[in-house]
Amino acid sequence: MSLFKFADIRRGKDSSDRVGLFMLISYIILFLLFLVLPLGALISKSLQNKDGEFIGLTNYNLYLQEPALFQSLYNSLFVAICSTVIVVVLAFLFSYALTRTCMPFKGFFKLVALIPLLSPSILAAIALVYWFGNQGVLKEVLLGKSIYGPIGIIMASVYWTFPHALIILTTSLSLSDSRLYEAADVLKTSKLRAFFTITIPGARYGIISTAFVIFTQVFTDFGVPKVIGGNYNVLATDIYKEVVGMQNFQMGAVISMVLLVPAMIAFFIDRYSRKKQISLLTARSVVFKPKKHFKVDMIMLGFCSALALIIILMIGMAQFGAIVKYWPYNLNFTLKNYDFQVAGLGWDSFYNSVELSFYTAIFGTIIIFVGSYLIEKLRINEGYRNTVQFFALMPMAVPGLVLGLAYIFFFNAKDNPLNFIYATMIILVVNTIVHFYTVSHLTAITALKQMDKEFESVSLSLKIPIYKMFWRVTLPVCLPPIFDVSIYLFVNAMTTVSGVIFLYSYDTTLASVSAIHLDEQGEVAKAAAMAMLIVYVSVAVRLTHTIITKKVLRKTQAWRYNILDTK
Amino acid sequence: MQNNNTYLEVKDLSKSFGNFEAIKNIDINIQEGEFVCFLGPSGCGKTTLLRCIAGLETQSTGSVIQKNINISNEPPSNRDFGIVFQSYALFPNLSVFSNISYGLINNKWKKADIKKRVDELLSLVNLTEHALKYPSQLSGGEQQRVALARALATSPGLLLLDEPLSALDAKVRVFLRKQIRDLQRKLGVTTIMVTHDQEEAQTMADRIFVMKDGEIIQSGTPSEIYTKANSPFIASFIGSMNFIPAIINSSNKVKCNQIEINCEIGNFKANDSVQLAIRPEDIQFKQSNQDDNMIPGTIKEVEFLGSFQRVYFEAINITDELIIVDVPSATARKIELDLNKEMNLYFSREDARIYST
Repeated sequence: MSLFKFADIRRGKDSSDRVGLFMLISYIILFLLFLVLPLGALISKSLQNKDGEFIGLTNYNLYLQEPALFQSLYNSLFVAICSTVIVVVLAFLFSYALTRTCMPFKGFFKLVALIPLLSPSILAAIALVYWFGNQGVLKEVLLGKSIYGPIGIIMASVYWTFPHALIILTTSLSLSDSRLYEAADVLKTSKLRAFFTITIPGARYGIISTAFVIFTQVFTDFGVPKVIGGNYNVLATDIYKEVVGMQNFQMGAVISMVLLVPAMIAFFIDRYSRKKQISLLTARSVVFKPKKHFKVDMIMLGFCSALALIIILMIGMAQFGAIVKYWPYNLNFTLKNYDFQVAGLGWDSFYNSVELSFYTAIFGTIIIFVGSYLIEKLRINEGYRNTVQFFALMPMAVPGLVLGLAYIFFFNAKDNPLNFIYATMIILVVNTIVHFYTVSHLTAITALKQMDKEFESVSLSLKIPIYKMFWRVTLPVCLPPIFDVSIYLFVNAMTTVSGVIFLYSYDTTLASVSAIHLDEQGEVAKAAAMAMLIVYVSVAVRLTHTIITKKVLRKTQAWRYNILDTK
Repeated sequence: MQNNNTYLEVKDLSKSFGNFEAIKNIDINIQEGEFVCFLGPSGCGKTTLLRCIAGLETQSTGSVIQKNINISNEPPSNRDFGIVFQSYALFPNLSVFSNISYGLINNKWKKADIKKRVDELLSLVNLTEHALKYPSQLSGGEQQRVALARALATSPGLLLLDEPLSALDAKVRVFLRKQIRDLQRKLGVTTIMVTHDQEEAQTMADRIFVMKDGEIIQSGTPSEIYTKANSPFIASFIGSMNFIPAIINSSNKVKCNQIEINCEIGNFKANDSVQLAIRPEDIQFKQSNQDDNMIPGTIKEVEFLGSFQRVYFEAINITDELIIVDVPSATARKIELDLNKEMNLYFSREDARIYST
């Protein structure tokens, strides 16, 4: 997109610098328009009455005096903390098995553990309904307690956040210096003491980071409590009820602020601990290679098998529910659940989702990569670059639901010249890109940091304009991370609920949102079918990605493989 | 010293990063075809100076004049130079051939001419058979030669080398020193190299600019700098130097504790506290006690360093530090350098230098 603008503008002296400056300012304006000002609109809405008059903190006072609403805050904290503790423990053991033991079938376990990433969070909730719901197979296991409520929310949240925790903890645990363990061994330290004095302290920032990421994800999640929360209210469902049910936008804004603050705090603690993590391993460290230990390996094999089985049973049950005629009375297979016309929705929402994901992946990748290039490689205007960097990190601290609501307030305003994007595909794409900006941005920055910082200087000395060098060197070298970013954006756009629940219109319904509405209407089988459609697409895209990585990249990345071939 | 052959002139150049003054009021003249070195410890501003000349940093004040044209405000792409970095900065996804031809393609050369030029450059740096390899398949020394060929491809008038050898093994470094130097002589390209390695500067440069804390504190040919170092800092930075506390006694004499030493005392006055400086290789062992400039003491340690032996000598009444003496191995075999043996040191008055404390 903006890449090609370079060519037109390059004429006078210093053209690269001027283009760079122009683009930095464009990014700042875009972030102001699509992130900062909407959030501002949200805050000001929370300080207004229904007629738009400023009333200070009155709404917040009302909120505090409403015990039912206050109860939701407690509920949100409760399920978030419980889920976090469970996920951190399970994911730590799982990643320990993957990185520190000689357990067999590691590749298989890694693959299975990542399955939840491919589905919307509600899929777990739907599967739980089949397992433990009123007509569930294992209903008795809950000893009379209902799955609709905190138990269901916690179980489903643990399921869908597990791979996120696993990724962070695996990275953190694989960064360890084997010399430390050898030193401990020489000093006759017991394995247990080594675990508590080396392993845990080495991974502590990873653990802290995981805890805050998972806490935020569960705390701000909308899909799971909507489907399986029953009468157990949490902040996310409250916002939805206030806004969609009661049209009380002011209270929706207030609850959004209540949701935003803990997410912000968690974000800053997470950033802080990640910075610490990096400095732990030096270039001189020797990477840890696990040794065989039959008993530990077997215990871990048992543990990982159990978790893998649960994951497979969850997604398996969702698939099973989607293709049986009438659960649990008629278990013959059918495809009629995939015919959404009956429910008045049709396949349109599915196509819309694919369209949204496609645009998000294409435009998102270009915008994010160019943006991170400007920040990382330009030597001009440090102030502007820092501003863009700050904006790029902000979306991670803003829950999708809050961002979505902020977009309504900002873009639905009659006097906003950008009002025309309201209720179109554009606003969904923009919202999704902004919502998932930070992680992609950090991936791109990491990739760019690995490139020699003098490439640009060399190009300038050889009179090659920066845009040519970007095209010929930076882009080809960064293709693998660029593919990763586009896949990440695509899959998240397919599965997201919270970001878009307020923003879709009659013409732009989405698969994940439809699944929720189908469930609302009691069409659980169709909801499962819709959720599974998302899984199919995600799997297909992932597979394509793997093939591209193997086949196409082999050509453009020949220099990577040649190292192995000839040396 | 404006001269008809002046190729590059830096006038009163300063550069600050915030409150930190990286370089201060630098004035240099570089002749056409000259090989100069900016030499100094890390953080002395030498790389900043180089980057200002390249236009990769913008100076705070002052100007850079290349071939009588003021280029101070030109972006790097409008200046005439090639540059080689410590990290090579070779494009990893391009072959050796494509890396070297990278700058030619933009200058609208014909394909056949490009091929001819690259082949010429490859043979110049002895890498002809590696043309189709990727940088990662080459050793560090080979990669640096590719970077050199890439920088020279467009026949720039000025070659800038930013610590080009620092990332290499000692052996390769010595080999490349000579190759770069020969190449530079052959092509006659004006060259500026930044280095913190005094040996590198001394073996390669026509002229050395020694830098410290953002300023040039001495310039001259390698031998001038070595023999006429104008400060104790340079004297000890370039080669090794023994410093012995002394007091000016009379004209042409200093007193180290009770011992009188003959030397040139320059502008110092009687009773000034000074340092007597003497290089390890200028000191000899003498058995008898009859000459002037003799220091008695004991051998404390002997290090065998191949062609010479380094002796650590204790002269209790003279200095708290051990005096270092380098003895050629051939000489060392004749005099027995036993531990704790009492000996006398001798040096001629021409080799001794005086610095203020």
